[in-house]
Amino acid sequence: MTEHGSGDGLELSSLQDLYQQVILDHYRRPRNKGPLEGATHSITLNNPLCGDVIDLMLRLDGDRITDIHFEGKGCSISQASASMMGALLSGRTIHDAIGIMDTFTRMLHGDAEAAADTELGDLRALVGVSKFPVRVKCALLAWNCLEEMVGPEAPGR
Amino acid sequence: MDTPDSTAVAAGTSAFDIDRVRADFPILGRLVHGHPLVYLDNAASSQKPYAVLEAVDSYYKEIHANVHRGAHELSIRATEAYEEARAVVADHIGAASASEVVFVRGTTEAINLVAETWGAAHLAEGDEVLLTKMEHHSNLVPWQMVAGRAGATVRYVDVAPDGTLVMEDYDRLLSNRTRLVAVTHVSNTLGVVNPVAEIVRKAHDAGALCLVDGAQAAPHMQIDVQALGCDFYAFSGHKMLAPTGIGALWGQRRLLDHMPPWQGGGEMISEVTLEGFHTAPVPHKFEAGTPNISGAIGFAEAVRYLQRIGFDAIHRWEAELTAYALDALAAVDGLEIFGPLHERVGVISFRYADIHAHDLATILDQRGVAIRAGHHCNQPLMEHLGVDATARASLYFYNTRSEIDALVGALGLAARLFGVA
Repeated sequence: MTEHGSGDGLELSSLQDLYQQVILDHYRRPRNKGPLEGATHSITLNNPLCGDVIDLMLRLDGDRITDIHFEGKGCSISQASASMMGALLSGRTIHDAIGIMDTFTRMLHGDAEAAADTELGDLRALVGVSKFPVRVKCALLAWNCLEEMVGPEAPGR
Repeated sequence: MDTPDSTAVAAGTSAFDIDRVRADFPILGRLVHGHPLVYLDNAASSQKPYAVLEAVDSYYKEIHANVHRGAHELSIRATEAYEEARAVVADHIGAASASEVVFVRGTTEAINLVAETWGAAHLAEGDEVLLTKMEHHSNLVPWQMVAGRAGATVRYVDVAPDGTLVMEDYDRLLSNRTRLVAVTHVSNTLGVVNPVAEIVRKAHDAGALCLVDGAQAAPHMQIDVQALGCDFYAFSGHKMLAPTGIGALWGQRRLLDHMPPWQGGGEMISEVTLEGFHTAPVPHKFEAGTPNISGAIGFAEAVRYLQRIGFDAIHRWEAELTAYALDALAAVDGLEIFGPLHERVGVISFRYADIHAHDLATILDQRGVAIRAGHHCNQPLMEHLGVDATARASLYFYNTRSEIDALVGALGLAARLFGVA
């Protein structure tokens, strides 16, 4: 019979990059999770293939995001990304938020310059996702919610 | 005791030699991320043996032409091969005649065909279609669609915490309003084997017809539609070694004869005028357009291959392997298996600590271990079980104990990465 090796070379380091401690920490102790009093915007998106769900809630004061919460279920990547987003975007303007989203998206598609941008904060821990293209949609689910609500194509913008 | 890794296990009249079996499947020799492929996603689709690949290949190289049309040599040969394939599949499941087997794209299309023809013709306001809470979306949505149009109601038999059908609930829901019971033979998420013969008998006693979704059963057991007593049996080729895009609907001839046609076009007619058309006899009435000729030929070859190995030998091997897998997984601390431990096939859904199924699938994949993660087109059942996703390892007769060991070893890697004690 074939011997199934347990030696993990490259793939182990890729996996360790993918599942950094800070990601697991956000997954297990999500920030800004739960209902948001006085939300001005909310939207629920799911990924029908995996069943991941994010319900993103914003409170906007003019162009500023005064608070941001989420509810959801799904994999560590989708949930950690939502948690990190909330921590990072509270108090920022929509313009800043969309800029961060663009940088984050570029990082997920392998852009090294984007990955070095300290503006991304904890989100930089998700850099390992770029080596797992099928998981990019997990990392972007919460951001797709944001874009639907306040992105350039959003109704009323 | 024989182990699934020993060679040439004597199995009644047929000998089951796992190394020889594996050598028949070229893909099983490949590496994935530097590791030998451990393919445990068979409930989604099986791999293909050389015999099937070669049958499709030689069809295209030697006799391809359109069927039932030309009078030339190739068309005649292709038609013969296509109709012979139908006879092989029909004979395999105990059909009274080859004309009772309609070639379709797969189980989904087979069920849609019945819903859109029999269902559209026979369901009316106040009627009920009785399903179960464990049905795959493909045996659920078509009935919701047709019932919605007809004003009929869809009802669902409850599933017990261990994943088995609550037969008392079935008895309670079955009534003179029930026109059709549609039930899966084997659950695609929990591997449960349902008591189909009993379900059919009770449906008939209530004056209802019974359709059986055989997608997860036909790959693992000898199907005998006469013994089951059902009215329709739907199954896919690609889960039982055949190419994708081919499957079969078996139906009682008297029912098929009286069902309206579904899609219109060539092949399904006997005569067309500007005023109208007359349909061809079954099964061609339901096969509009050029059919999947190569798929049907591959399907028949897959059936022949399974018959050569023998379902007795397949069942013995899979039962032992499933028991080994259930034991090995149950021994992993923090791992929860869904579904019963007996009366099941090797479709094993589980969750492991707080590691989400998609994260598990990604990690296992890096070790070459292919499993499925998600809701398995089974959302109502997942909700019933109180989970949003499970990991699913599904076995076939070409899997081995050492592959189960590789699965368990890769779960250890997931535990390390996630810091699960």
